[in-house]
Amino acid sequence: MSSTSAHALLHANNLSKTFDIRRGFSSQAFYAVDTVSFNLDIGQAEIFSIAGESGSGKSTLAKMMLGMEAPSQGTLSYKGREVSTLSNRDKRTWFYKEVQPIFQDPFAAFSPLKRIDHYLYETLFNYKVAKRAEADAYLDGVLAEVGLSLAEIKGRYPNELSGGQAQRVAIARALITKPSLLVADEPVSMLDASLRMSIVNMFRTLKDEHNVSIIYITHDLATAYYSADRIAIMLRGWIVELGTVDKVLGDPLHPYTQNLKESIPQVDPDKTWDKVTDLAELEADAFLRQGCRFAARCPAVMSKCHTQEPAVYEHKGRKVKCFLYES
Amino acid sequence: MKVTTPNVTTQNMTTIVSAKDLQAYYVTNAYGVARTVKAVDNISIDIQQGEVYGLAGESGCGKSTLLKVLLGDIQPPLTVLGGSVHYQLDGELQDAATMTVEDKRDIRWRQVSYIPQGSMHVLNPVRRIQDTFHDFITTHKQTTKRESKEMTQSYLRDLGLPEKVMRSYPHQLSGGMRQRVTIALATILWPKLIFADEPTTALDVVVQRGVIQLLRDIQHKENSTVVLITHDLGVHANLADRIGVLYAGKLVEEAATKTILKSPQHPYTKYLINSLPSFAGHSAKESIPGRPPALDKPPQGCRFHPRCPLAISKCEHEEPPMLELAPGHRAACHLLTSSSA
Amino acid sequence: MKILIDLIRFSPSFRVGTMILSIVVTLLVMSFFSPYEADERRAVPRNEPPSRNYILGTNSQGQDVFWMLTFGIRNSLIVAGLAVAIGRGIGVILGLVSGYLGGLWDRVLSSVVDSFIVIPRLPLLILIAVMVRGQLTFIGLGIILGLLDWAFPSKRYRAQILSLKERDFTQTAVFSGMRTFKIVTQEHLPFITPLLLADIVSGFLFALGMEVTLAIFGLSDMDTQTIGTMIYWGNYYQALLTNRIWVLAAPIIASVVVVVGFYLISLGLTTYLDPRTRLVRLQAQS
Repeated sequence: MSSTSAHALLHANNLSKTFDIRRGFSSQAFYAVDTVSFNLDIGQAEIFSIAGESGSGKSTLAKMMLGMEAPSQGTLSYKGREVSTLSNRDKRTWFYKEVQPIFQDPFAAFSPLKRIDHYLYETLFNYKVAKRAEADAYLDGVLAEVGLSLAEIKGRYPNELSGGQAQRVAIARALITKPSLLVADEPVSMLDASLRMSIVNMFRTLKDEHNVSIIYITHDLATAYYSADRIAIMLRGWIVELGTVDKVLGDPLHPYTQNLKESIPQVDPDKTWDKVTDLAELEADAFLRQGCRFAARCPAVMSKCHTQEPAVYEHKGRKVKCFLYES
Repeated sequence: MKVTTPNVTTQNMTTIVSAKDLQAYYVTNAYGVARTVKAVDNISIDIQQGEVYGLAGESGCGKSTLLKVLLGDIQPPLTVLGGSVHYQLDGELQDAATMTVEDKRDIRWRQVSYIPQGSMHVLNPVRRIQDTFHDFITTHKQTTKRESKEMTQSYLRDLGLPEKVMRSYPHQLSGGMRQRVTIALATILWPKLIFADEPTTALDVVVQRGVIQLLRDIQHKENSTVVLITHDLGVHANLADRIGVLYAGKLVEEAATKTILKSPQHPYTKYLINSLPSFAGHSAKESIPGRPPALDKPPQGCRFHPRCPLAISKCEHEEPPMLELAPGHRAACHLLTSSSA
Repeated sequence: MKILIDLIRFSPSFRVGTMILSIVVTLLVMSFFSPYEADERRAVPRNEPPSRNYILGTNSQGQDVFWMLTFGIRNSLIVAGLAVAIGRGIGVILGLVSGYLGGLWDRVLSSVVDSFIVIPRLPLLILIAVMVRGQLTFIGLGIILGLLDWAFPSKRYRAQILSLKERDFTQTAVFSGMRTFKIVTQEHLPFITPLLLADIVSGFLFALGMEVTLAIFGLSDMDTQTIGTMIYWGNYYQALLTNRIWVLAAPIIASVVVVVGFYLISLGLTTYLDPRTRLVRLQAQS
């Protein structure tokens, strides 16, 4: 994996985002994203999954990748240009054409008072993708890629569509500018399990046939394993394990990843959980604690885990942030 | 803690909730456009004392409406057109339809409790958790502040929730912790019957597991009955004793969890189970073609036939009857034959 | 047009409100066909009670109360309309700007809004009116009323925009390449409309009330027929003492009717435009 930003589609280098939390009169910096580094290669499209429980900093990371939040420390660059330094004009004329978001709740992503096709036409005309006369044909083509047609959705309001349909329209809208990167923040968590597969299948098709890279942020490891090429497991702002899905989810090394994988409810009555899991305590505490942020819940905890922060080690073809793999 | 699945056919089991031929529609009339949504159509369910009954199905299949009707929480535009709901509480048979508001208030929370999906809306944002518990307990029971505090403390300790929680405000807790506090609140008066509407949706897997563990603990301790709604069959597999599958306002299949997950009979149930991803490999999984029908104009005959790969011409005209395939296993499909026939 | 028909069919309050206001508008239009000039005196016999010839009677100056009333309604509505247009215009623009742009804009504008909120408006109005006495036309009065009545609504719109800005669809609009101006006017304004309608009605109530109040004190443009000046002159010529209550009853009833009419219409519109009922309606159509 090349680490120079020139060859990268997206390159995060020691990226951090802090918020202040106030306790009485004193305030303390709280790392929502803490020195995160990763790299997406240009040319070779991939689905890069970011997984972790809520409060792990996934969404903050997504917002930074979309230019909605500026990093506090470190850099994040897209095609060699730092995202936080782009002007509004640069964003409108270049960045937004390249990078498009897909949000969690398709019904929140569209105004309930607007017809859903309004957003498609806006995107089309604002970026001058097609002329007015060709607009309908172009949109029909984009919608066909997500299994819809313009006739099905034209003139309809979001609440007239099912959740799955609305999410498809959201994806179609994101595809209009032929972006190189889609940032999908929990795109299936509001959908039924049976519908999730159709969206995730679509991501695979987009990657294979249209060379679109996708950041797939989710807490659903099963769909991440099914669709992604690489995965980063996030815990309280850290990336604790990063590698290909086959390695990270097939044979998880970090105790947190193991815990996550074990906790997926299996649709097999013979594979029910037989162990009790410990749960995270009050949120702010884990962020502020010294040492490893998983120490309080970790079954393999050592004494130094409570005092020192583990470094990132290369082990069995992936990166792990855990003292167990120090040597 | 290994859970043994109670034998469904045990003799001395009593039915705690019994619904017969329930029909509940949403009837709206907004600015001259009348619309009837057939959210629950001819559903009969018997829920046994001490079991976890799971209701599964895609969104918009009528799960939540069925729960509202079972709970007796019927407000316009929801109207019950037919059928009945009976509770068997304290050896007394009560008809949910004829219960007065006072009767309902009397049994709600103490006998019958409800765990909603969004925990943020339940807890008062400007009160500490212990105050919310105190308010809740005193509306149902004469207690002093100290007694209610002790009661809350020991209950939370039993459930393994940190004591710190009591002095916190809801916004200081994570989503998972809030949901567990909500469950504790809904069950602190030891209700016999607990309805849970998607209690783990929007939670991540580890927290979801904790919430399910909690529900299972509560259910075991008091041998209470839980009616669990979720679209996630994985959750059902871990918690439910029996599962009923709903499709477009109809009950299509019902059986013990093991039976239904291992040998589903209805084509819809088969699809539902097969469409789920697993860690077995990256091979492409099929999703169910098409989408659930709009419930104001459900298809004629079997409501699944437009999406069913096995549909025969009979399915388009005739509604399939509910058949008993084996004791405790029933399904509604023309392709199946009854065990007694 | 279909919306109007729907509203008249299904919203009783809108129906009654429309009927009342159409009577008011008819009166207003009739003022252009008045047989007398607005300030013409001794045109008719004095002090006639209501009769077939003079449906609302005549006053001690020999003016026909009915035709005076048509002028009064016209001018009062001009004052109020002007005040509402100016007040709500400023309110909407500042609310949207301060809510969406945030930052320094918001801080500056919010402090201006807050200082306007604490100003006691009636004493200030009386002060202004006393200072410019004699030169204040009824148009000027409308402008002053408008300039004093925008702060509260503006604060409400700002709060709405602040919450709308955080919603995902605003981001969808941003990533659709829409410019800020378009996002605010096309995406956010529709959510403000129900509030705005309610504020337009309350603005009318405020302006009519202030106009009447100032006129009764004799502080507004006393040569123009308005509902307020009609009451003032009625009192001035001792309509009550001389038992000619029709001279006062006509403008007072007229002001109540105008207010009630506006209120009923806004009631119907607000339920119609309320996002929740709007969703039900949209669902019903699908």
